[in-house]
Amino acid sequence: MRYSGFKVFTEGLFGNKGWKPAWRNPAPKAEYDAIIIGGGGHGLSTAYYLAKNHGLTNIAVLEKGYLGSGNIGRNTTIVRANYFLPGNSEFYSHSLKLWEGLEADLNYNVMHSQRGLINLFHSDGQRDAFARRGNAMINQGDDAELLDREGVRALLPYLDYEQTRFPIYGGLLHRRGGSARHDAVAWGYARGADQRGVDLIQNCEVTGIDVENGRVTGVQTTRGAIKAKKVGMIAAGRSGQVAAMAGMRLPIESHILQAFVSEGLKPVIDHVISFGMGHFYISQSDKGGLVFGGDLDFYASYASRGNLPMVEHVMEAGMTLMPMIGRAKVLRSWGGIMDMTPDGSPIIDKTPIEGLFVDAGWNYGGFKAVPASGWCMAHLMATGQSHEFARRFRLDRFKTGHLLDEEGTGSQHNLH
Amino acid sequence: MRITCPLCGPRDRREFYYYGAQDYLARPASDDPAAWDDYLHLRDNPAGETRDLWYHDMGCASWLLVTRNTVTHAITDVALVAKPGDAA
Repeated sequence: MRYSGFKVFTEGLFGNKGWKPAWRNPAPKAEYDAIIIGGGGHGLSTAYYLAKNHGLTNIAVLEKGYLGSGNIGRNTTIVRANYFLPGNSEFYSHSLKLWEGLEADLNYNVMHSQRGLINLFHSDGQRDAFARRGNAMINQGDDAELLDREGVRALLPYLDYEQTRFPIYGGLLHRRGGSARHDAVAWGYARGADQRGVDLIQNCEVTGIDVENGRVTGVQTTRGAIKAKKVGMIAAGRSGQVAAMAGMRLPIESHILQAFVSEGLKPVIDHVISFGMGHFYISQSDKGGLVFGGDLDFYASYASRGNLPMVEHVMEAGMTLMPMIGRAKVLRSWGGIMDMTPDGSPIIDKTPIEGLFVDAGWNYGGFKAVPASGWCMAHLMATGQSHEFARRFRLDRFKTGHLLDEEGTGSQHNLH
Repeated sequence: MRITCPLCGPRDRREFYYYGAQDYLARPASDDPAAWDDYLHLRDNPAGETRDLWYHDMGCASWLLVTRNTVTHAITDVALVAKPGDAA
């Protein structure tokens, strides 16, 4: 079924009785050409591009819960291409271009909104760093504008410009940055993959990875054994447990990142804003809730909930930057499990086991990467070669020293 | 979260700095890159009981080996990494 405005109109006339489920609910087959472990954003986009770009349709996505039940179903939805290092820069640039054509490609409204992203800076040194980052973005072919204080004030008159502790010197404006409806991204990719014949198998937890003579042969699941010559591990925060089934240790430590949503308010924040001194960022959802967050809780955790010190820190940073939000009530908060790597950059690579691939280590920046991650992982799984935009996301780069430390903060997992 | 420092007693989590898994205690004797990769980067990353290093930054400045559960945040044991007299 193709979605359109006309379809919405005609369905409205006839009681909305013609809508069909967006995807099938198949039982797992005994064997597939390829299996993807993890039905989140990255797993679903990988399945979609395997089918669309490479004609591989005899594939299954295995999801232990329901589709999009992990980080893709709850995140702060920022889409941007403001990276600096070669390796990251071309990858996120490609991702943003895919975002810009995503709704037409998927025939699904992911509510991608290029409302502009503004990274504030608060010192001369930070201004220099952002100017350099902006130049790198322009060199990559993306957009960046360095705003002075008055330039920021024209766009964001409600910030506290009078404070002396962290005075606002200006901001780096990335007009093509913005946000999207997170779970619609998962649903859109799921529907697109399903339409091309991919089996999306929910409530199917992988309990073992079968390896014979250094080759992957399939997986054991709660719904029986499934054979496949190619298996992709795309399990985000749970990547460590999945890789352990294949006897591997990954350069990943899972951490908690909290985020918060306020009650619905009238439109007040038109952009995505980040506060350069407090690690605070905020945008407003289409429902009106202020969506904001800060830093990691800093200790390894799978608890899906954080502790109060970081709640306090985020609220303080928000109040410092924009005191006007002080009377908004926080509606809910949550903690997502982040697969943190020692350099803050992801991994899309083969593993030492033939036929076993890994796409992980998205830290807390995985949402914007969903299209390009799937694009490049599909390329890798189909051709056996790294895609040119993901060629530096190597699994062994920590051993060889080819790190992609975008923030230059060192090799500790929680510092990125 | 509160951590019971063996020297200072139960203290607020904010007094402590988290460093990482106990792998950091096993510094390789050789300069083999694979051993250093293991030591610095590769992690078991368990969902369940883990042992990791915390530094009592705003207290007694001791390094602590904390046994805790990454799913429930329950802390079952806190021990000093260096016992008094170790340096002598």
